[in-house]
Amino acid sequence: MTQLPAKTDRKLGLVIDLDTCVGCHACVISCKGWNTENYGAPLSDQDPYGAAPSGTFLNRVHSYEVQPLATSSKVQPPAQLIHFPKSCLHCEDAPCVTVCPTGASYKRAEDGIVLVNESDCIGCGLCAWACPYGAREKDEAEGVMKKCTLCVDRIYNENLEEIDRVPTCVRTCPSGARHFGDFADPDSHVSRLTAERGGIDLMPEMGTKPVNKYLPPRPKDALPEIDVLAPYLAPVDDSPGGFLGWLDKTLEKL
Amino acid sequence: MHPAPSVIIFTTFSGLGFGLLAWLGLGYPSVTGVSAFAFFTIAYVFAVGGLMASAFHLGRPERAMKAFTQWRTSWLSREAVVSVAALLVMGIYAIGTVFFDTALPLVGAFGAVLSLLTVFTTSMIYTQLKTVPRWHSPLTPVMFLALSIAGGALLAGEITAAVVLLALAGAVLLATWIHGDGAFARSGTTLATATGLGHIGTPRAFEPPHTGTNYLLREMVFVVGRKHGIKLRIIAFILAIILPVILLLIPFSHWLAGIAVFSHIAGVLVTRWLFFAQAEHVVGLYYGKR
Amino acid sequence: MPHKQPKLNLSPKVSDEVRKTTCYMCACRCGIDVHMKSGKVAYIEGNRDHPVNKGVLCAKGSAGIMQHNAPARLRAPLKRVGPRGSGEFEEISWDEALDIATGWLEPIRRDNPEKLAFFTGRDQSQSFTSFWAQNFGTPNYAAHGGFCSVNMAAAGIYTMGGAFWEFGQPDWDHTKLFMLFGVAEDHDSNPIKMGLGKIKARGARVIGVNPIRTGYNAVADDWVGITPGTDGLFIMALIHCLMKAGKIDLDYLARFTNAPCLVNSDEKSPEYGLLLRDADGKELVIDRTTGKVAPFDQKGVRPDLAATHRAAGVTHRPVMHLMAERYLSDEYAPEAVADRTGISATRIRAIASELARVAFDEAFELDHAWTDFRGEHHTKMTGRPVSFHAMRGISAHANGFQTCRALHVLQIILGTVEVPGGFRFKPPYPKPATAHPKPHCKTTCNGPLDGPHLGFVQGPEDLALKPDGTPARIDKAFTWDNPMSAHGLMHMVISNAHAGDPYKIDTLFMYMANMAWNSSMNTRGVIDMLTDTDDNGDYVIPRIIYSDAYSSEMVAYADLILPDTTYLERHDCISLLDRPICEADAAADAIRWPVVEPDRNVRGFQSVLCDLGARLKLPGFVTEDGEQKYADYADYIINHERRPGIGPLAGWRTGEQGLTSGRGAPNASQIDNYIENGGFFVEHIPQGANYYKPWNMAYQDWAVGMGLFDKPLPYLFSLYVEPMRRFQLAAEGHGDRQPPDHLRERIRRTMDPLPIWYDPAGDNRGDDYPITALTQRPMAMYHSWGGQNAWLRQLHGHNPLYLPPNLMRKHDLKDGNWATVTSPHGEITVPVLEMAALNPNTVWTWNAIGKRKGAWALDKDAPEATKGFLLNHLIHELLPPKGDGLRWANSDPITGQAAWFDLKVRIAKAVSHDQSKPVMEPIKSPVGTGPDKLAWKVGE
Repeated sequence: MTQLPAKTDRKLGLVIDLDTCVGCHACVISCKGWNTENYGAPLSDQDPYGAAPSGTFLNRVHSYEVQPLATSSKVQPPAQLIHFPKSCLHCEDAPCVTVCPTGASYKRAEDGIVLVNESDCIGCGLCAWACPYGAREKDEAEGVMKKCTLCVDRIYNENLEEIDRVPTCVRTCPSGARHFGDFADPDSHVSRLTAERGGIDLMPEMGTKPVNKYLPPRPKDALPEIDVLAPYLAPVDDSPGGFLGWLDKTLEKL
Repeated sequence: MHPAPSVIIFTTFSGLGFGLLAWLGLGYPSVTGVSAFAFFTIAYVFAVGGLMASAFHLGRPERAMKAFTQWRTSWLSREAVVSVAALLVMGIYAIGTVFFDTALPLVGAFGAVLSLLTVFTTSMIYTQLKTVPRWHSPLTPVMFLALSIAGGALLAGEITAAVVLLALAGAVLLATWIHGDGAFARSGTTLATATGLGHIGTPRAFEPPHTGTNYLLREMVFVVGRKHGIKLRIIAFILAIILPVILLLIPFSHWLAGIAVFSHIAGVLVTRWLFFAQAEHVVGLYYGKR
Repeated sequence: MPHKQPKLNLSPKVSDEVRKTTCYMCACRCGIDVHMKSGKVAYIEGNRDHPVNKGVLCAKGSAGIMQHNAPARLRAPLKRVGPRGSGEFEEISWDEALDIATGWLEPIRRDNPEKLAFFTGRDQSQSFTSFWAQNFGTPNYAAHGGFCSVNMAAAGIYTMGGAFWEFGQPDWDHTKLFMLFGVAEDHDSNPIKMGLGKIKARGARVIGVNPIRTGYNAVADDWVGITPGTDGLFIMALIHCLMKAGKIDLDYLARFTNAPCLVNSDEKSPEYGLLLRDADGKELVIDRTTGKVAPFDQKGVRPDLAATHRAAGVTHRPVMHLMAERYLSDEYAPEAVADRTGISATRIRAIASELARVAFDEAFELDHAWTDFRGEHHTKMTGRPVSFHAMRGISAHANGFQTCRALHVLQIILGTVEVPGGFRFKPPYPKPATAHPKPHCKTTCNGPLDGPHLGFVQGPEDLALKPDGTPARIDKAFTWDNPMSAHGLMHMVISNAHAGDPYKIDTLFMYMANMAWNSSMNTRGVIDMLTDTDDNGDYVIPRIIYSDAYSSEMVAYADLILPDTTYLERHDCISLLDRPICEADAAADAIRWPVVEPDRNVRGFQSVLCDLGARLKLPGFVTEDGEQKYADYADYIINHERRPGIGPLAGWRTGEQGLTSGRGAPNASQIDNYIENGGFFVEHIPQGANYYKPWNMAYQDWAVGMGLFDKPLPYLFSLYVEPMRRFQLAAEGHGDRQPPDHLRERIRRTMDPLPIWYDPAGDNRGDDYPITALTQRPMAMYHSWGGQNAWLRQLHGHNPLYLPPNLMRKHDLKDGNWATVTSPHGEITVPVLEMAALNPNTVWTWNAIGKRKGAWALDKDAPEATKGFLLNHLIHELLPPKGDGLRWANSDPITGQAAWFDLKVRIAKAVSHDQSKPVMEPIKSPVGTGPDKLAWKVGE
């Protein structure tokens, strides 16, 4: 049913570390691979070898350039580039669920995962309209809405080793920029990361209460610019031949 | 938002059809027999045709019946339920007037309320979306209802009412446009809130995730040039409001009334094109597009 | 109405079976788990147990399923029926194909083996393909290193016995400051991402030095947007600051490097600049305890860095003196280099200071006892947690070799190589240049070459010259033009063969090398050379055989196509004899095996070479009675022995008491053993042997046991590369082998035994063309052309040219506008986009996204073929004419590495186009085009 559960026992979701994501798209394609073969209909591609290839993806990596404002100490701060993976945030107040006319969209009471029951989906697309994050896409071949399942068919899958019971994007991420866990547990890895690194919500003003959190990039280009006489670079001896004299003295001490 | 023909036709014609049904249910014009048949045919063709057009928007139209189940939460489901109820109730009323020469005023009134409720539920599908700030406003249902009632009056041949209501609808339309133009900015949603990167500086979208297009861009990102938008608004306003009012004000002829109707429909189609095309979904921010 | 939800099957079957093999989507060679359903490939993920990737997998790896099933796969051997470049072929049988090849190659081998040029591109079987070429007898063999990163590899080997990537890696678990130079997203891509993740998790600092802030540089804590081609200058300024402040590891320099080695300082001596050696050829140092000269490795010697030595009237000074003289000079002061590098003097100092702080103040010790090669016992290992990485970015310049040398020298003076927290070698490295073969080029009709083709020259006597002094190799590797071209010069083969300079060839045989498109400089020119005819109407390059798995652009230009399998359908070995997958803590190798059988009439190229080798009766490929020796590549992998007991694979060999590692006799079920173990073999280095490897006797003994080398090989790092000095001496007129006069000055200038910097901009007319144009491959496509891959091509289907804001303003450009980019060689017209995190005099694009219409089974209107473009059209294999009547190669004068990143251009706004220019005419696809829909699911 499209009513949201009054409460979910757990709040499973992802922490995405924007300080660490190198923008390699590994998560994008791993997701495509797993979810083409698994949950529901395959993620199709239209015109895959043609002029306008366009397929269904549940996870996409954007990139943003940010120009910091000049300060007295940094007159011309360099621009920064941030890679920004984005998939369903499994919101606590998921508007995509309540707008669904058929009950195909639902939020699981036990873990908060937002899913589409594809056999009930009429492909009206209203859930995609209701989602501020672009987390839902209509599969053009199947005519139903597709979205991140948080790999619900992996995370409890007894056919997988326990260590592999994580979303495929997390398992594959080479730089370890993606973390999976239960946000309802304040001691979980994801809760601690969020607390330590100041994890944030995307578009908090939408009131969706996303479960997934983003860790902001650490401050960049902060190495202090220093002068010639700074402690680490004070010359050993400025006199001519002084360096060789220093060599001799220092070697003697070794 | 992508101005899909299916949703433009749907909202335009179902709005007019249910508007006309509302007038008919209230006994304006008070017709029976063949002329009632003619009026109801037009109303049902518009209302049902519009609803059917909306099915073209569906990925799996064969499962459309499932959309009747979620009336507790979903405006789209409510619209489905209410529209069918309206059509059924008005069907009973229509059968009475066409075949039995009998108007059942209570049934008619109930049908009229359901018809307008249908238009309201349609409008709420859009109004509820926080993600589209232009739509997320009480003016949206007012505008849908105003155009539906005015268009219904026009179709019903209620000249005087039509003139007044068209003028009112015109005012609402203008208000919707003016209010809507600033809605995105007022919503406070920016690329900075979308990415959480605003504390560093001003973010700018760099490389998109894919070099090609995707469903989100096709469905939710549509760019109308500013000048083009103004031109279309003028055309829409003239066709939907000014021309019909003028035509109704000059001495009545069926020809002129017919032209007024066509002009109004054309105008509303343009306003609906603009309704979608000028509506910006916040997801466009992620793509550096609004 | 309460919340209701459907019941899900949360434990669906993942696959019928997992087959573990090695990825080949790029050069990383990660382990993959191929999930099979009903005999088909269902899903690919990383192998958690694998030493390279430990479970993770990049976008390419996960997209392997689309590569394996790509419609661009070749289906059968092809014989050209239309003119070259038309793409018109007929399918033929393997028998016919091999008959044709044998018919072409047999007379060459009989009459003049050098008439075959055999070059391989993204080949991961170089020890096998070179073995084949050596047995064929042609001197003309190399892989693609010459246009990739030979500068890095050769500079590393000559300096310290290994470089980055396959040679070594940062000590990710201990390093606290990681400094990355240039385009480096390519080689060792997953391990570097994993390493960055570890560093980031610890909150350690990453400094990125790159004109472009993307990828790894985007996550770098500090970004240094250096002017392209000036990295060497910047590094030498860092060296200047560190030396001047005494922030160098003197103990390390004295013990483990040739800093104390004595250099002949008599300008008049014919040995001026050479190292003083004893009768055994060992470098001599002054022992601080005795004040006398002694061989560097004598027990108990404490080498002196300061004292000089006078013998036979000649003063000998330690290398350290020369270093001080060179790098303490104001020429390398931060102020002196700031303008040219685009980095302020204070920033340079800040970075030098941070290097010093972390290397010395954050030094730490591991309680690992070890014994060095002088017999001295150490109870601890000192960690200096600073590490570096660089690959193509600083390599692909005409000053790349010296720049790479400078970077290695920087690491060494900080004492961070092979110590905890620093840079660590991976077996079989460290291995000094002297332990590598020298190049061989002596041909014999109907006989094998006299030794391995490629190697490390020690002086002019090792050059690959014919008795008359002309180049022995078609690519002119190991000649005075580029004496230390350790990887050959694949990028010069076609133009040299076309010009008949140094000689004409008969057959060009290539594997996995897209020379008619993105792998060549001057793409149009190369296409013209491949199709050019002589006065008789015959092709100037008479015959071309090409092997590839896919319908690449190069296919259209070959006469005979030998279709290869996909990487999931083949045997391979990632061998310790070649470029293995070792880790700093372990020796490792791996296999590929056919997890599915080909559904087309294709064969693994190496198996085809086994067959062809037997048909040609090549020694090594036939038994004593002339029969085919190896039925296929798998047979070779198992049974070939390079030296007694040493085969392509080190794991599960037959020992005296059962299976053993390293040395041992062949084992018929070796491949099965690998498959059971997940497709790889790993043998860990014992604790205490895993740092200080070049000097650590426990490591040396372990390596000998593993068969990495036959006796312990401790050596000193070469801050001063003596072989370079030998070439300078020749250029100064000493010795019998003399360079041609026009090269003397350049050899004297560039082959400095201590790193120098020179500006390549002048040769590229940087005054008229002030902007540097760079390329890099996107991470989702590196080393994996990718256009045939339905998933990857959606990520990168076309490529804009990125311009910094100042150039956008200057040329009145807005995003999506078009610009004409002109180099001294050519012109392209392409769409532009703005990028702020970019050096102000640099433009760049993603490389090799552009495709030729008709190639890769793509629609002719594919964005790769319409909007996509190559910068290759702007780059020539030769420099612009200098007016001296000569044409100089656009490459490093030391190694011949293609100087891709020296490209200088001008920009002008252009009217909008619907296609990038130049527009090349379509070629006919031998495989048609792909389907218009894809919903790839093999399970229920």
